[in-house]
This record gives sequence, structure tokens and C-alpha cells, in this order.
Amino acid sequence: MSAASPTTESDVATYALRLGDDALILAQRLGEWIAAAPQLEEDVALGNIGLDLLGQARLLLAYAGEVEGAGRSEDDLAFLRDERDFRNLQIVERPNEDFAVTIARQLVFSTYQLGLYARLQHSTDATIAGIAAKAVKEVDYHRDHATQWTLRLGDGTDESHRRMQSGLERIWPYVAEMFVTDDLEAALAADGVAAEVAGLRASWDGYVDAVLAEATLERPAPSWTAEGGRRGVHTECFGYLLAEMQHLHRSHPGATW
Amino acid sequence: MNPGSDLQAEGGHGAVPTRDVPTGTEAGSSPRDWPLWEVFVRAKRGLSHLHVGSLHAPDAAMALRNARDVYTRRSEGVSIWVVPATAVVASSPDEKDAFFDPAADKAYRHPTFYDIPDEVQHL
Repeated sequence: MSAASPTTESDVATYALRLGDDALILAQRLGEWIAAAPQLEEDVALGNIGLDLLGQARLLLAYAGEVEGAGRSEDDLAFLRDERDFRNLQIVERPNEDFAVTIARQLVFSTYQLGLYARLQHSTDATIAGIAAKAVKEVDYHRDHATQWTLRLGDGTDESHRRMQSGLERIWPYVAEMFVTDDLEAALAADGVAAEVAGLRASWDGYVDAVLAEATLERPAPSWTAEGGRRGVHTECFGYLLAEMQHLHRSHPGATW
Repeated sequence: MNPGSDLQAEGGHGAVPTRDVPTGTEAGSSPRDWPLWEVFVRAKRGLSHLHVGSLHAPDAAMALRNARDVYTRRSEGVSIWVVPATAVVASSPDEKDAFFDPAADKAYRHPTFYDIPDEVQHL
């Protein structure tokens, strides 16, 4: 942990924005599966998980806008910011590719998010604590869903095993970024508002390693790791995601249905 | 009931033939081959599980999760049962007359011949 400096309202707004952007962007990715999943039942399952995340994103972005005090609504934050203004981790913006890649991303991220929300339930910031307490039950199910599929694909047929292992390889370079605690997070954690993600790694490793072992999968050892999402640095695919997500709102400002 | 019946509950439609039609009652490598499960949901404690529909899933644990997502996302239930559709033995439409008609003219089996006290509800 770095030396904690006094935190401001603006820091809390940034922190809420980070959490909200993670949820929003992954919701958008999961929504792409609707009508494209292997079965109708899985369309609904992934759609439900996406909607849970969208609900979390709405609360967090609305709170970020409120604390920021510049009059920006959740819609303004979701639809009118550009790529460099988004603070999500790169892992949530990664393309769905095949079902195994999506499941690998979900297992990795849900396990992380569950650990984080479990801590944030006890945040000294009452709004963040309340949102986390509601979300933790949702994310528990997301992790279970991803776990069940990882076990079945990993310990399934030769083809499903190959795809699942390949999915893990595709996602693993983006794992390390989840556990980087920067100065802002350290300062907010010192105030009891935030939770230091660096401290979540051990229990994350314990859960994920157990699932991979049972699924007869090997934990990848990537030769490089991603970083920069929290500073607004994103991967090439992200602009296309934003174009699709923001198009309607930007073309028809204030549109409702 | 005919123990050799090839009629089963499929998709909540009562009895339909399962022979030579693609109902996916055997697990295979393609998702199209996922078996069918009948779903029963209990709305609250004290009530019975009621049949709400069916779905496809690769195994029982996933069937339970799919049922949660498909049938209880609007707080419809507190308990779910999933049953392999192949495990349900259904009465045959051909036997309809023998099975059900004899009850048609026995009105005395209905509780319509007593005065029910005003205090008795839900009867």
C-alpha cells in the first residue's frame, strides 16, 4: 500500500465509475449472446447475468454522477463518454469469441467481483455498501454458472476440453490487471470506502485453481499481461463496442420507449 | 396403464409420440441433442409444486439452473423440481374414453350435495 493521502468526493466518484464501468461493459458483451448462444436456455442465462450487471452499473454510475456533482446522469456517463474516459478493466471488454472464451472470462471476473463486493458490503460509504450487499448474491450465481460450465467443458469431450483450455489462454493475460491496487484505491481503502484488490488474490487463486483442477484444465502462464484500463487505456475492440452501445443514444438524444 | 407405452410428457403437451421424432431424449455432443426436462415450481411454502413448462439441459444440475433462469426470474418460486421428460409416463389419447368417460355421469362424486357452512372457505 502506498502512503494514503486525504481522499475527496472526486476520488469516490472515480471509484464508483470504475466499478460501474466494469459492470456496464461486461453487461454489453453478454447481451451480444442473446439469440446466439448454443441453446435458448443459455441465451436466457447469459442475458440474466448481463441484466444483473446492468442493474449494478446503473446504480454505480448514478452514484458516480451524484458524487461528482456536475449534473451528469447515469445515461450521460454510459452513452456520452468516449473511449479514453472509461475506467473499466480490459478483461470485461474482451470479445466474446466462442462460448468457452466467454465462460473463461466470466469465471475469472465473477470470482474477482464476488470477492470485491463481499468486502465492499462493509464499506464506510453507505451507498457503495448497499449496492455491494445487493449485488453479492447476484454475482454468487454468476460464478456458479461459470463454474458449472467450466467443469463440463473442461472435463467433457476432447473438443470441449481443447476449447475451454484455449479460452483460458485467451483470457489469462487480462487477469493480473484485476489485482493492481493504485494510489487512489489505496487511499480510499485507508478511509474504509474501497477494498484493496491486491488483497483478494489469494482467495481468488484458491477458488479458481480448485475449479481448474476438477475440470482437468491447466492454469495458463501468459508471456505478457495487460494493464491500463483504469487509466482509460483500452484494447482495439473497445471502440466498436462503444459505437454499438452508444449509437442509439447519440443519434436520438433523449429517446425513450 | 400400458407399461410399454411410447407416450411421454413432452413440452407440457400431455402425450405425444417420442418414437422417430427429434425430441432429443438422448444426450449427445450437439446441443440440439440435449435432453428435455419437465419443470415444476412451488410458488410458496405450503403449496404444491406445479408444472410450469419444460426446457433442454445437458444434465440435472444444469437443468435446475436453467429452470431458475427461465421460470423463476420474476420471483415465481421458492423451490424447483426438474424431472427427465422420459421419466414421465403419460396416459394415451387412445385410452381417453376408457380412462375418463366413466367419471362423467357420476355427479355424486362431486361435493355438491351438502350445505357448506359460510365459515368454510377455499372449498
